[in-house]
Amino acid sequence: MTLLVACAVGVVYGASLLLLLRGSLWQLLLGLALLSHGAHLLIFAAGGLVLGAPPLVPEGALRPLEGSADPLPQALILTAIVIAFAVLAFALVLGLCAGEAGGTDELDAYGGEPG
Amino acid sequence: MSGLLLVAPILIPLVAAIAGALGWGSARLQRTIGVTGAGFLMIAASALFAEVQHAGVLAVQVGGWAAPYGITLVADLLAALMVLVTALVGLAVAVYATAEIDESSLARGFFPFFHVLLLGVCGAFLTGDLFNLYVWFEVMLLASFVLLVSRGGREALTSGIAYVTLNLLSSAFFLAAVGILYGKLGSLNLADLAIKLSAPDAAEASRPVAMLLLVAFGIKAGLFPLFFWLPAAYPTAGFAVSAVFAGLLTKVGVYALIRVFTLLFPIGDGQLAPLLLAVSAATMASGVLAAASQAHVRRILSFHIVSQIGYMVLGLALATPSALASAIFYVLHHIVTKTNLFLVGGLIARVGGGEDLARLGALGSRRVGLAVLFAVPALSLAGAPPLSGFFAKLYLLRAGLEAEAFAAVGVALAVGLLTLFSMSKIWMEAFWKPVPEEGRRCERNLPLAAVGASAALAVVTIVLGFGAESLWSVAEAAARQLHEPDAYLRAVLGSRP
Repeated sequence: MTLLVACAVGVVYGASLLLLLRGSLWQLLLGLALLSHGAHLLIFAAGGLVLGAPPLVPEGALRPLEGSADPLPQALILTAIVIAFAVLAFALVLGLCAGEAGGTDELDAYGGEPG
Repeated sequence: MSGLLLVAPILIPLVAAIAGALGWGSARLQRTIGVTGAGFLMIAASALFAEVQHAGVLAVQVGGWAAPYGITLVADLLAALMVLVTALVGLAVAVYATAEIDESSLARGFFPFFHVLLLGVCGAFLTGDLFNLYVWFEVMLLASFVLLVSRGGREALTSGIAYVTLNLLSSAFFLAAVGILYGKLGSLNLADLAIKLSAPDAAEASRPVAMLLLVAFGIKAGLFPLFFWLPAAYPTAGFAVSAVFAGLLTKVGVYALIRVFTLLFPIGDGQLAPLLLAVSAATMASGVLAAASQAHVRRILSFHIVSQIGYMVLGLALATPSALASAIFYVLHHIVTKTNLFLVGGLIARVGGGEDLARLGALGSRRVGLAVLFAVPALSLAGAPPLSGFFAKLYLLRAGLEAEAFAAVGVALAVGLLTLFSMSKIWMEAFWKPVPEEGRRCERNLPLAAVGASAALAVVTIVLGFGAESLWSVAEAAARQLHEPDAYLRAVLGSRP
C-alpha cells in the first residue's frame, strides 16, 4: 500500500516536472497545480498509512486506540490544500492576464529581463 | 503580558489590513490607517524587543495547547530584532507610500496588502512551528504576488509568472520537507524537533530533509543558482513595493536558513559547511558581476541584493558564534540600507524622469539633498566607514579570518570593491555627468513625506554605524542564544529537556 502511494507520488511529481518544463504558460500552471498535489500525497504517505483504523476515541477512554491512524498529516494536508487552492486561483488569473498582455502561450517569448 | 507582547506584532498588521479593507473607498482613510498601523507595529515591536532583552526568550502557547502539540509563538533575540527592523522599515515605507502611491494603486488596495505582507513577515519571525512557518510564508507570498502585479503592464505580468512559479516551487519543496520530517520524527515544533534531531542517528537520517529545506529557503533568499526570479521581478513593481520587497522578503529566507541550520541541523559538524561556503561565495560574486553589467537603477540594486545575501550566508556557513553574530548584524544593516536605496531610487526616478542611467544626469548640482540621501545608503552598502555597512563587513571578515576561511574572505573583499564600483556608477551617471540631450524635464518638488522617510532611514544607517559597538553586543547575545539553544528550548518546552 505504501509502495503504491509512493509510486503515485513519483508519477505525480514526474508529470508536474514535465509540464513545468514544457515552456507553455498553461502547462506551467497545470504543472504547479500537480506539484502541490504531489507534495500533499507525499505528506500523506510519509505520515504513515493505516488501513481501517480511524483515530476515534472510544467511549470512556481518553485517547484513541493503539495503532489507529495519525490524524495530523491529514490536518496538514487539508491546510495545504486550502492554501494551494487559493494560490492556484491567483496564478490562473495571473496567467490569464499575462497571456493577454504577452499575446502568446510561449514562455520563451516573454523574456525574463525586458530591456 | 508576554503573550500579548508576542501576539501584538501579528495582530496589529492583521487589524490594519482588515480596517484598510473596510475603508477601501477612501484614499485618505487608507493612508491614515496604513501609517497608523505601521506606527503601532513599531511600538509593539520595540516593547517586544525591550522585554526579550530584559527577560530572555519569550514563548506563548497559542490556545493553551502545550508544546509540542499546539502552535508556539516564540521570540528570542534574533526574532525580536528582526521584528523590530521589520516594523521600522514598514513604518518608513508606509510614510513614503503616502506620497508615492497614487490614487489608482490605493484603489487596488496597496495598504491592506502591504499590511498582510507585514503580517506574514512578522508571523514567520515569531513562529516556533515548522508547518506554521510554511503558512506564514504563504501569507507573505500571496500578498507579495498581489503587490507585484497589481499595477499591471506586460513587464510586471510576465516577470510575475516567473516570480510566482519559483516561489511556488520553493513552497512545494518546503512542504515536502515538512511532511517527511513529520513522518520521521512525529513532531513539527522547532524546539521539540531540535531535541529529537540531536539523537545521533536522527540527524543523519534526516539529511535529505536538510537539503530540501536548503533548496526551499535558498530560492526564497536568492542564493546562487536559484536567484534569477529576483532581479527580473523587483524592478517592475512600484517603488514603495519594491523597497519593502528588497528589504524584507529575501531576508525572511535568510532568517529561515539561520533558524533551521542552527537549531535543527547545526552546521558545525556536517558536510554542509563547505557547500554553504561555496554557495555564499558564488552568490556574492555572481550578484555583483551581474550588477556591473546593468544600466538601470533598480536593476543594479536588485542584483546587489543577491550579492549581499551571499555575505549573510557566509556568516551562517562559518558557524562560529562571532560569524553568526556578524551575519545577524549584516542582515539588520542590509534591511535598512537596501530599503532606503530603493526609496531613493524612487526619488531619483521622480526628478530624473526615469531609471535609465543613460537618460539621467546632473542631479548632484540640481538636487544636493537628494545626492546626500543617495550617498549615505550607497556608501554604507559598499562598506565605507563610519556607516553601518563598514562594521557589518568588518565583523564578518574578522570572523572569516578567525575561522581561516581565507578564500571566502578574499571573495568578500573583492565583491566589496565591485559594490563600490556599482554605486559610483549610479553616482557618476545620475548625479555627476551633465544632463544628456534626450533627458526629460524634472518634476519640481519632492514630496516631504517621501524625503522624510528616506532621511529617517539614512539617519538610522548613520546611527547604526556610530553605535555599532552596542548593536554588535546585541547581535552577539542573539548569536549566543542560537549557538546554545538551551534558553530557547526551555522557554518553549518548559522544564522538560
